[in-house]
Amino acid sequence: MEKFTTLSGIAAPLPLVNIDTDMIIPKQFLKTIKRSGLGANLFDEMRFDRAGNEIADFVLNKPQYRDAQILVAGDNFGCGSSREHAPWAIADFGITCVISTSFADIFYNNCFKNGILPIALPQEQVDVLMKDAEKGSNARIEVDLEAQTITSSDGDVFSFEVDAFKKHCLLNGLDDIGLSLEKVASIDSFEAKAAAERPWV
Amino acid sequence: MSPKTLYDKIWDAHVAHEADDGTCLLYIDRHLVHEVTSPQAFEGLRMAGRTVRAPEKTIAVPDHNVPTTLDRANAASMTEDSRIQVEALDKNAKEFGLHYYPVSDVRQGVVHIVGPEQGWTLPGMTVVCGDSHTATHGAFGSLAHGIGTSEVEHVLATQTLIQKKSKNMKVEITGKLAPGVTAKDITMAVIGKTGTAGGTGYVIEYCGEAIQSLSMEGRMTVCNMAIEGGARAGLIAPDQTTYDYCNGRPNAPKGADWDAALEYWKTLYTDEGAHFDKVLTIRGEDIAPLVTWGTSPEDVLPITDVVPDPSSFAGGKAGAVQRSIDYMGLKVGQKLSDIAIDTVFIGSCTNGRIEDLRAAAAVLKGKKIKDGMRAMVVPGSGLVRAQAEEEGIAQIFIDAGFEWRLAGCSMCLAMNPDQLAPGERCASTSNRNFEGRQGYQGRTHLMSPAMAAAAAITGKLTDIRELN
Repeated sequence: MEKFTTLSGIAAPLPLVNIDTDMIIPKQFLKTIKRSGLGANLFDEMRFDRAGNEIADFVLNKPQYRDAQILVAGDNFGCGSSREHAPWAIADFGITCVISTSFADIFYNNCFKNGILPIALPQEQVDVLMKDAEKGSNARIEVDLEAQTITSSDGDVFSFEVDAFKKHCLLNGLDDIGLSLEKVASIDSFEAKAAAERPWV
Repeated sequence: MSPKTLYDKIWDAHVAHEADDGTCLLYIDRHLVHEVTSPQAFEGLRMAGRTVRAPEKTIAVPDHNVPTTLDRANAASMTEDSRIQVEALDKNAKEFGLHYYPVSDVRQGVVHIVGPEQGWTLPGMTVVCGDSHTATHGAFGSLAHGIGTSEVEHVLATQTLIQKKSKNMKVEITGKLAPGVTAKDITMAVIGKTGTAGGTGYVIEYCGEAIQSLSMEGRMTVCNMAIEGGARAGLIAPDQTTYDYCNGRPNAPKGADWDAALEYWKTLYTDEGAHFDKVLTIRGEDIAPLVTWGTSPEDVLPITDVVPDPSSFAGGKAGAVQRSIDYMGLKVGQKLSDIAIDTVFIGSCTNGRIEDLRAAAAVLKGKKIKDGMRAMVVPGSGLVRAQAEEEGIAQIFIDAGFEWRLAGCSMCLAMNPDQLAPGERCASTSNRNFEGRQGYQGRTHLMSPAMAAAAAITGKLTDIRELN
């Protein structure tokens, strides 16, 4: 997995609540057996018309946001389906940080497996960063995972919460299957005990 | 010992390792796998030289992509990319020795219907699947939730999941349901109250007389949509209804194992005085037959209501409401019962079980769908389909003008050819009314099977209580 340490980038504003994973990557793009290449279809139905032409007023089609690395969005980002294709598409596009007031549970967990840092902040702080994002390429937002801070283009510094284990894995780009397999003795003994206590399972 | 919730008990019984910071390896009893979210996980195993730790606890079935038309044995009925995914599951299931129900097997169907039907899902278990509607299995008093593909790979390799414990939320539905009100209306009513993020960070336990009175089919409908309220999982404590459903299922315990299992299952309830971090109580009598009007499952109203005014919503919601109304092609103040529809979909992991088909057929018996209506029934599994044919239900649907399909996810997410065209409006028994969910620019109204059947007859959203 790609590491996430610090990021200084342009943020794209997407001030919609309940952006669901069907919006992030529609189902017709789930028919792949690979993880790569999904960025081309990120937000497909908002980004392109049926003929495949770009919809000019969609944020990621505007010249100043084509290289956005951060997304600032409304409440409950990533709700709906468990499809990891959503974070795959976001990362493949080049966005590695999403900021909102809240995230859906499965999407939030999926981000950490793919080098993406989702940051939940209070409404008033998201509002500040949303305004910042609206300034386009004139404003860069700085994210520091180690320090757990985010800095607006005007120098406002906001702290954010992140689970210590998830942070550790993201900072170091760790494969969590490898980490869990280091605890295989615990899994073995649990399995033996459970098999004795609940043999019908 | 301090009193525990049902969730606490199941959690405690599955912690294989706990780190100092509370991060746990939670042991997984059943891992369900389908063709869309698993190929990258199996590929990851291969690339790392790993294997499936517990193939005997891993159950695979193709459902999302498969055509539901009668010609589906013909490979040409599937697009090439769908066929590749189904073939990849076939190959992976065989290579790793999983329990497998291929398209040609009568037991094939939507993964969340097959699991319980085959007795894989039992009380007190942990159940995961790379699908958000895994919450369905919570109806048995098992801790069940959706996971991403990286987590699918983690479970395949280790039979555990890295987890931190969620908070406890109680949703109590007291009293009795009014006539015409179903499990679907209960679960939609809850989301209408909590919103789609109200359950985030929680595991919900549904309880109360109206819940206890539900069949297993109804309980699965309630838990299925726990995820639409943002909850990690929904749970219902097992009782005699649960035991009776499980007894005799192909993979349920038998003989002395059954007796031991039953003794254990009877300990699976929330202790008196256990702490809930959040509580919601709804009077069963207050729930009306509901429909969604917008593009989020929280956009629910009684069928007797009207399309809401965006300016009546607080916070930042007004813009989203206006966007929903525009997308749905509705007018503020329009009566919901005046909304004309052109498509009806009965099926999905929410409402594709035998009881759902019976409820719809009871409304349709001796009647015809409106001229020009496209209506389809997609049974949740081959066995549901067979049972409906045996009970004469299939014939009622066919006589009314419905298409009688083979099992799969179908138009719930429209990954197979069953889709809405732009602007088409569907009365659907599925679980999500997101933009484009049932097809690009398609419009979805969620409701119960009986309400969907009523809409098929009248051609508009209809109060089931008013239908003669």
